[in-house]
Amino acid sequence: MAKHIISVLVENKFGVLARVASLIAGRAFNIDSLAVGETEDPTASRMTIVFDGDEKTIEQIKKQLNRLIDVISTQDLTKEEHLDRELIMVKISVSPKTRPEVVEIAETLKAEVADVGVKTLTLLLVGDQAKIKTLLELVKPYGVKEIVRTGRIALTRDIAGGV
Amino acid sequence: MTKMKGAQILVECLKREGTDVVFGYPGGANLPIYDALYDSGLKHVLVRHEQGAAHMADGYARATGKVGVCLATSGPGATNLVTGIATAFMDSIPMVVITGQVRSYLIGNDAFQEADVCGITRPITKHNFLVKNVNDLARTIREAFLIAGTGKPGPVLVDIPVDISQAEIEFVWPEKIEIRGYKPQRFVEGHRGQIDKAAKMLVEAKKPVIYIGGGAVLSEAAAEIRELVDLVGAPVTTTCMALGIYPEDKPYSLRMLGMHGAAYTNYAVQYCDLLFNIGARFDDRVTGKVETFSPKSKKIHIDIDPASIGKSVAVDVPIVGDVKKVVRELIKEIKALNAKPDYKDWWVQIEEWKKKHPLNYVPSRKGAKIKPQHVLEVLSELTGGDCLMTTDVGQHQMWACQFYRWTQPRTYITSGGLGTMGYGLPAAIGAQMGKPKELVICLSGDGSFVMNIQELATAVDQKLPIKTIILNNANLGMVRQWQDMFYNKRFSYSGIRPPDFAKVAEGFGAKGITITKPEDLKPILEKILKDEFCWVVDCICDEDEKVFPIIPPGKAIDEMIMDMA
Repeated sequence: MAKHIISVLVENKFGVLARVASLIAGRAFNIDSLAVGETEDPTASRMTIVFDGDEKTIEQIKKQLNRLIDVISTQDLTKEEHLDRELIMVKISVSPKTRPEVVEIAETLKAEVADVGVKTLTLLLVGDQAKIKTLLELVKPYGVKEIVRTGRIALTRDIAGGV
Repeated sequence: MTKMKGAQILVECLKREGTDVVFGYPGGANLPIYDALYDSGLKHVLVRHEQGAAHMADGYARATGKVGVCLATSGPGATNLVTGIATAFMDSIPMVVITGQVRSYLIGNDAFQEADVCGITRPITKHNFLVKNVNDLARTIREAFLIAGTGKPGPVLVDIPVDISQAEIEFVWPEKIEIRGYKPQRFVEGHRGQIDKAAKMLVEAKKPVIYIGGGAVLSEAAAEIRELVDLVGAPVTTTCMALGIYPEDKPYSLRMLGMHGAAYTNYAVQYCDLLFNIGARFDDRVTGKVETFSPKSKKIHIDIDPASIGKSVAVDVPIVGDVKKVVRELIKEIKALNAKPDYKDWWVQIEEWKKKHPLNYVPSRKGAKIKPQHVLEVLSELTGGDCLMTTDVGQHQMWACQFYRWTQPRTYITSGGLGTMGYGLPAAIGAQMGKPKELVICLSGDGSFVMNIQELATAVDQKLPIKTIILNNANLGMVRQWQDMFYNKRFSYSGIRPPDFAKVAEGFGAKGITITKPEDLKPILEKILKDEFCWVVDCICDEDEKVFPIIPPGKAIDEMIMDMA
């Protein structure tokens, strides 16, 4: 089973997210994340959905999504050169002694120290999955209080100098 | 230009879309629509329960091939439609469902008779709309008809708040409708290379079976199917959704396949070298245990819906397209190949299976109760296949598939996918409204018939000469059969005391009769089928009779149980 990133262009109308979510739930597909937002065309939104599944399941997911009237097109980005990023915020317990260590981790990974509390630090990182995993592993020993992630968003790449 | 109310615009749009009858029930939130219907000239059938309205629109659509229309109020009116919408959805029946909704500003407020109807019906409609602006109403109705009737058809619901029905605007008929996420015409023709490949495989096969489903009926492809089968001389079987698309009295017909299909048919499907699926969907009632299904065959699948191909069974040659168009091209290509297919040995094998495992039953001994299968044989003889038969769900539904000779498409009207008890009578009313000159029979069971028995009042009201024939075994027969075979004869709540159906019929203003003796069947039915009144015929049948053969749940299709011996 591999992760697949499906990019779904949909009508920017109320109820469309519910349709997509309801289809995914009703057909018992497993999703890792779903991110949605407006595109360059204000009447359309793009959903980036990360699925876990074999080829047959992903094919079926794409076909079922295409069946929805409000879905304009779908694309399996995993099959193409693509760029994907996720934003994560982690609130970490710190003491006066560990605070500089956590700040150092942030600097090494180019994460932003987004909030500073008396007993906590919140780091914000935009990165690919490997980088996010590294961050989480490095801060784990200090005590992670809360995590929030946007889910991945992705686009196809246009290779410079290509045809 | 004169202004029109939203409700009047709706009625005008329905007329322009070719609607000739609406099945519905009034209530608070659709009162403006009923007011507009009052002197509109559009025919309306007042049902007795909204579920009936949905099944009637569905039965009308199946009998005529047109889009059926039903109408209910908000809240409970709309939720009562749900089973009917799901029934149509599972069998891809084109239907436009109009529901009233509470006023726009009350939506989400838990208002009186409010329900989130778009939310509730989302997974059981092809699409649904909540109209938020009266200026969108006409275009929405047009889109609803377009979506319902094209591609893989299905029910589309339009939810209209009271204030939208009451708002007044100038009516503009949208001439051109375009939906950027919906392009069914893209798939109509079928891929040329795939069609050629399929043609070659069919003529080169040694042991082919052509397997036809409801999609062929929806595509009006009976003539093309018949030409194809006769051209190559291959055995042809249908699902219960396509009975009659190829006449069962012709030698190439293997009749119905699947859980209650003939044994010889299932053997042919299991051991063929080419399984040619035309508009069917490898339903679990057809495949049995899917891992063991027809293991040695190459599979070709024609379907208008890409999502239906490769869903449960892997296919070697997928063809996305409209059955009628694709089969027409296929015939041309086969003729061009000018090859003589040779299925002789295969037919010898099939005839052997047929002889060994014919589809039959043991007739009643003298003085014993009526055998339900006998009722179907009598009906088949009396009608000559020339009637529309709706059914409910259970044993009677399967005996109808097995013991009536189906010779024309759109004559067997049944809830195949959802398996909805209570479908038969309202579907018969819809079918009769659509085909006023045809003989319409509702074949039912004593369990099913009670589920929508109130629609007898509608049938009598409309003076419809529908003949309901109940195979009454005072049991939920199919449940009882499964308990007998798979649950150690523990008959948990499957015995059901039926009312005196003849008396009930009279109470509703229909005519009723009870038949207990096998020898009375033919003379009584012969008379009643010719009568112009609405009849309920209660046939008291043998309660131990079972539907055979049966593929037990989870078994391969060649592991059928043929009888209780």
